[in-house]
Amino acid sequence: MTIPRASATIGISCTHCGLPVSPALVQPDATSQFCCAGCRTAFEFLSENGLAAYSSFRDKRLAPVQSTGRSYEEFDHPAFAELYVRPASDGLSAVELYLEGVHCASCVWLVERVPLLVNGVVRVELDVRRSLARVEWNCAAVPLSMVARALDRLGYAPHPFRGVARDAIRRREDRAMLMRIGVAGAIAGNVMLASLALYAGDFSTMEGSFERMFRWVCLALTIPAILGPGRVFFVGAWSALRTRSLHMDLPIAIALGAGALRGAINTVTDSGPIYFDGVTTLIFLLLTGRFLQQRGQRAATDAAQLLFSLAPTTARVVEDDDTEREIPSVALVPGMEVIVRAGETFPADGVISEGHTSINASLLTGESRGVQAADGDLVYAGTLNVSAPVRVRVNVAGETSRLAKLLRQVGDTLDRKTPVVAFANRLAGKFVAVVLALAAFTFFLWAQRDPSRAWDNAIALLIVTCPCALALATPLAVTIAVGRAARVGIFLKGGDALESMSQAGRIIIDKTGTLTEGRTALVTWIGDPRYQPFVLALESGSSHLLADGFRRAWPDLQAPDAEGVMHHVGGGITGRVLGHDVVVGSPRFVAAHASGSRTYLSRLSDAVLTPVLVAVDGRVVAIAGLGDRIRDDALASLNALRSRGWALTLLSGDDPAVAVAVGARLGFAADDAIGGVTPEQKLAYIIAARAAATGHSPVVMVGDGVNDAAAIAAATVGVGVHGGAEASLATADVHLTTPGLEPLVRLVEGASRTMFVIRRNIALSLLYNLIGVALAMTGLINPLIAAIMMPASSLTVVFGSWLGRTFTATSPAHETVEGDVALTRERQRHAA
Amino acid sequence: MSVIFIVLPLALFIVAIAVVAYIWSARTGQLDDLDTPAVRMLHDDGV
Repeated sequence: MTIPRASATIGISCTHCGLPVSPALVQPDATSQFCCAGCRTAFEFLSENGLAAYSSFRDKRLAPVQSTGRSYEEFDHPAFAELYVRPASDGLSAVELYLEGVHCASCVWLVERVPLLVNGVVRVELDVRRSLARVEWNCAAVPLSMVARALDRLGYAPHPFRGVARDAIRRREDRAMLMRIGVAGAIAGNVMLASLALYAGDFSTMEGSFERMFRWVCLALTIPAILGPGRVFFVGAWSALRTRSLHMDLPIAIALGAGALRGAINTVTDSGPIYFDGVTTLIFLLLTGRFLQQRGQRAATDAAQLLFSLAPTTARVVEDDDTEREIPSVALVPGMEVIVRAGETFPADGVISEGHTSINASLLTGESRGVQAADGDLVYAGTLNVSAPVRVRVNVAGETSRLAKLLRQVGDTLDRKTPVVAFANRLAGKFVAVVLALAAFTFFLWAQRDPSRAWDNAIALLIVTCPCALALATPLAVTIAVGRAARVGIFLKGGDALESMSQAGRIIIDKTGTLTEGRTALVTWIGDPRYQPFVLALESGSSHLLADGFRRAWPDLQAPDAEGVMHHVGGGITGRVLGHDVVVGSPRFVAAHASGSRTYLSRLSDAVLTPVLVAVDGRVVAIAGLGDRIRDDALASLNALRSRGWALTLLSGDDPAVAVAVGARLGFAADDAIGGVTPEQKLAYIIAARAAATGHSPVVMVGDGVNDAAAIAAATVGVGVHGGAEASLATADVHLTTPGLEPLVRLVEGASRTMFVIRRNIALSLLYNLIGVALAMTGLINPLIAAIMMPASSLTVVFGSWLGRTFTATSPAHETVEGDVALTRERQRHAA
Repeated sequence: MSVIFIVLPLALFIVAIAVVAYIWSARTGQLDDLDTPAVRMLHDDGV
């Protein structure tokens, strides 16, 4: 889905990625324009290597190329090879890499062209859906770090994929299952064809020799179906018997076994019906239903693997002789001193020993404002060093760092999470018992009245009550709903989420990046706009978070040159612009340099905003309020959820005062807007909320950062929002790819509609079974008619799922808006 | 009608070939990733 951005398309767009180019970066005479250095690098790299064709067909890219410029030396470390590199055919080595930023057709093209760029790389294959690239290369000719650097320069930062072993097992299982389904389907289709000839022969007259031949052909086809694909049901039934429990496989195995045996006897003795069509179709449909269900459940457990691929893998260590050396971050030991440059992630927990910087800990704590840190301050692995290089003495590294602990908690909660057992499965035990009892009852009843029909009627009952419609009811409806949801930008990892969210419960929402836009923006400016260029002149060279907010607010403003610019750490910036002394900074800093700060401060009453004062020639002339802007659709969406009976809670790592102020604006009671919460407390809060929840009412966590990852995994349903950290997306059950909270409303609506379809399916198939049982017990249908009725019930379920309205392109709440747009277009056409 | 004695085994033989081909494709992993190859065939190799 593309959203036209009216203001953005007016300007010049980047030659490489198609995003708008900031006026400050436009080069007047050049034919190619770039929005960032990354795009320029990538474009030049591509044209040098003759790959400029990339631009002619690439899809619209969502993010500009960002090369990290890392050396990836740790990829050549023997320990790395030991862990991730596997031998491949022809003496080559193979490694699976998880690539960041893979999303379209051009990514496949670009990534798979790496063998052209790096000599020694033989093959690169990308799996787009999972962002996994398999690289085969000659390790004697080229180091892996060179391949990694090439990928990085293309804009796909590689991470080693830490789940290869489990992936291989899973792939084997998948292939075996696909083979079973394929064989079962081919046999079922052909048996059905031959049986159809037999049915037709019943009504006309068929020569005995033809009839016998068709029956023997059916028998010959059914035997491999039972021994091959059908074996799983007998194995399941046998293990259920050994553990003395009732399993869905038991009546299936009995029906299959009895049907096939009786059919075989009838074929040999050349009398009575054969049940082979029913038996083979049963195997095929049951296997299909099972496969769909398995895939849905599995995707959820995939997540934790990708998560571990994202922890920083390298660190720059300072040796005793003051030289720097890059080592894998797993090799870090407490007491080592590392250098972390601006823009890098801290590899371990530690204490700053030299330097002064601003740290963005929002991934870990959710705090959106940058934190100043100097000598002696604690820093945590996973947080971002924003402004200046620092030296850090490592306290805790690797497995015991705060990030690692948090990620492990995520993994633990994922494992512990019991999969919500589908309604049909809960029914299974009772269903099996009832069916077996009824079949036995029918057999004995008819054995006394008419022994010749006892056998037929009992088998007819087993076949007609075949649970395939019941087994298909849930997975089919869920699979179709998941597919439709994906088309509107809602990615579901499993059906459980839909089942849980069909009922109103509690939604816990993170603030930063979810309710708000997650970055600092200029919200208010009180004062003469004449002074705005002065501010921009000072701030244009600063890497401070607030400066970024100013630059984004006035992209079109031409900044005059500033002289003698001084950055005062933790305070502000001073300098001379067009002959005036200008001071921009925090209230305390500016008050020390200029007069009149109090009157301006009182005009900015909003507690949510960070105040920045502007003074020119010793007098305060303006105040700017910067903050994290609340998303436009937040209030409407939250109210839509409230009207559906959901209880909402705001949980934020940000300052409690800010949380309460934002909450008040969005209709949260003061008790329901909780700030200053650490990731660990968030997790505890979710666990407590789940314990307090009554019945099946779900606890839904909506968030975007690593700080939410553990909480998201622990919730009944975890939702990761657009633009969130990879970690939170990895643990979430649902990923919303369109910005804002409106998709959340859509998700809730779709979930309840999907559950309606599932219930309707189950009701239909149960009703069908009731009628079938009644007919079979009274002897009104023979096994032949039962075998025809059985697939008919599955078909009703298939059509019922297909026709059910689950996720549609427009949600009811927004249809009016769409209508207005259509109306406007209509008017424009008339005007033209 | 007796042609059916020849045609039916023939049909089953063709089915057997199809099943063997399918098993081969599943076993060699051609059905593992159904998304990427659809995209890959769009790229021409004229570079």
